Amino acid sequence: MTDASAPTPIGSGARQGKHATSLYAEDARTKKRNAAEKRFQAYGIAAISIGIFFLVVLLVSIVRSGIPAFTQTFIEVPVYLDAAKLDKNGNRDPDDLRKVSTFGYAPLIDNAIFAAVQDAGLTTEFEKAKDMRAMISASAPAQLRDYVLANPSEIGKTVEFKILASSRVDGYMKGRVTRESVARDKNIDAAHFDLIDQLVETGDVERTFNWDFITGADASESRPEQAGIGVSMIGSFFMMLVVLCLSLPIGVAASIYLEEFAPKNRFTDLIEVNISNLAAVPSIVFGILGLAVFIQFAHLPQSAPLVGGLVLTLMTLPTIIISTRASLKAVPPSIRDAALGVGASKMQAVFHHVLPLAAPGILTGTIIGLAQALGETAPLLLIGMVGYIATNVPDGIAAGFLSPNSSMPAQIYEWSKRADPAYYERAWGGIIILLLFLMTMNIIAIILRRRFERRW
Amino acid sequence: MYDTPNASADVAAKATKISAKNVQVYYGDTHAIKDVDVEIQDKMVTAFIGPSGCGKSTFLRCLNRMNDTIDVCRVEGDINLDGENIYDPKVDPVQLRAKVGMVFQKPNPFPKSIYDNIAYGPRIHGLAKNKAELDEIVEKSLRRGAIWEEVKDRLHAPGTGLSGGQQQRLCIARAVATEPEVLLMDEPCSALDPIATAQVEELIDELRENYSVVIVTHSMQQAARVSQKTAFFHLGNLVEFGETGQIFTNPEDPRTESYITGRIG
Ligand SMILES: Nc1ncnc2c1ncn2[C@@H]1O[C@H](COP(=O)(O)OP(=O)(O)OP(=O)(O)O)[C@@H](O)[C@H]1O
Ligand SMILES: [Mg+2]
Repeated sequence: MTDASAPTPIGSGARQGKHATSLYAEDARTKKRNAAEKRFQAYGIAAISIGIFFLVVLLVSIVRSGIPAFTQTFIEVPVYLDAAKLDKNGNRDPDDLRKVSTFGYAPLIDNAIFAAVQDAGLTTEFEKAKDMRAMISASAPAQLRDYVLANPSEIGKTVEFKILASSRVDGYMKGRVTRESVARDKNIDAAHFDLIDQLVETGDVERTFNWDFITGADASESRPEQAGIGVSMIGSFFMMLVVLCLSLPIGVAASIYLEEFAPKNRFTDLIEVNISNLAAVPSIVFGILGLAVFIQFAHLPQSAPLVGGLVLTLMTLPTIIISTRASLKAVPPSIRDAALGVGASKMQAVFHHVLPLAAPGILTGTIIGLAQALGETAPLLLIGMVGYIATNVPDGIAAGFLSPNSSMPAQIYEWSKRADPAYYERAWGGIIILLLFLMTMNIIAIILRRRFERRW
Repeated sequence: MYDTPNASADVAAKATKISAKNVQVYYGDTHAIKDVDVEIQDKMVTAFIGPSGCGKSTFLRCLNRMNDTIDVCRVEGDINLDGENIYDPKVDPVQLRAKVGMVFQKPNPFPKSIYDNIAYGPRIHGLAKNKAELDEIVEKSLRRGAIWEEVKDRLHAPGTGLSGGQQQRLCIARAVATEPEVLLMDEPCSALDPIATAQVEELIDELRENYSVVIVTHSMQQAARVSQKTAFFHLGNLVEFGETGQIFTNPEDPRTESYITGRIG
């Protein structure tokens, strides 16, 4: 490369002697090198841009499809609680009141809406109060009944109610349902929408924020307007509690033993390989294992968050063990030497010096493991946490663990399977909530890492 | 006060603190220490010298069983501390290390405050009955580590925030805080400037009054300055062991001579 025959002093290249170059001009090699570097950076930027593009598309479509689930249409109407229908004996005896089923309440709502329509002088082709039924949710009579059972003294009076509109009406308000799309729908007519338009003008129909979606329970196939994710959120919460309480201590103890105390031999090598393998096992395998072991063998209750939590613990353990071992490994061995050197026992060295330094890594790993478990659906399919309609808030802690429930991702999966397009919207809404949880957990993990890492 | 401690007159009188016989150390298949016999006397400084990789650190770490922490390491032979075999199955290495303290080649303070660095050993060994006593131990140890003046105003600052040389003196202070009987020092001055080195050497000289000190060093001058006895290692063998003055002025083995005159290394 350099001219060997020229007696140049060591260190000064041939190029200096022959054609003196300016520092301002790039020579061919530098040009090539810089071009390669620029190209590489361009590839990187392109890759990141593509990634960001898809992320944005994903987020936008999730938000656009899911946001409508957070609002719901209500019809505000004064309902006359007819004593003749609700309490024939007239003595307000709770047992008698209870005998009137929701079928007894539905006509009251029909009448109330019909009366409101006529009072306001709205034009409509409907002549019977019963025709109003299509606009209200099938859950509305139950809402009325619950109110009456709780306040028997209101019977005979007229009370303002905010009644849940049917999912078709809600869909119409949100633009999901149009007059054309209901042309062959026997549940509702385009004429109902004409009426709704007028009721919106009068302020009797409005869309408001839907707390029930966040706090409520799942509903049957035909009442998407009533369904909420709250109960399955509780299911997820109890599962996460099980996962945290089992996988953190077991995982950390196992990692400390393996990393700091266990002799390095064939057997521990085998364990190590198997833990790594476990982390890669498809989650559905854990599900079938859980089904066989916890339900069929140990006879734990089906669909219970306890079982779900146990299965997810199996899944999370390898993640926690691997991250804990990695953070224990990252603690410089000189710290252990220092502790042993002043006469600390191995256990003191680990617990006084190594573990505090590894803690942020352990916590991060745990939170990420939990986040993974929170979003896991497949294993829950097999232990019956999907397809179960979680309509009841568990009463008490024990019931929270043992009574059948669903979980957020399982609920989302369930909704996405249902035929009514209103459920599709709920599924997206559920995904938004799930993502918010996951994001919160990851942010906590990042904050913890920032706060504790390199504190010294 | 700082006399040249090579006066050979006081060598013979001292009692044997550690006696090693026939020591072999293997790292897996590598034979790192071959047939080493050494007698380390009480209240005296013994220096280990030799070219890099000859096994000085390895042998030093045998003396407080730090090699136990290395899985592949195997130690054979007898090492006695005050006549008791430290590799006896009945011996708890933790108890041994409380008696035989160690300062490592690289400064390794705990990522805790300066105070806690020093107080840790006394705390786990229950050397202080109360906070006042602990404070006293910390101050005394930091003074002996020749670092008190520099850190007395920031005892609660992290020990890892000190400079390399300060960290090493902190580690020395930490080692003396537990009142060991023997102090093993593996190149304690390799990270220090000449002033700090002089301070540490002075410290070693003081420590000699109460302890038996073993120091590994690459500096012939240092070995000559601080030690009364010197052991020269070469390729895992103990080539020559004797009074420092004699080793440096009149070595018996040609390998020792070529090393100290700078021909192997
Ligand atoms: N943990 C270990 N595993 C395997 N071999 C080791 C280990 N530690 C040291 N050795 C080997 O043992 C021999 C002696 O090493 P040692 O660290 O005792 O040398 P040293 O005399 O202290 O050298 P230096 O002056 O560079 O510190 C070397 O050949 C080294 O490669
Ligand atoms: Mg060494």
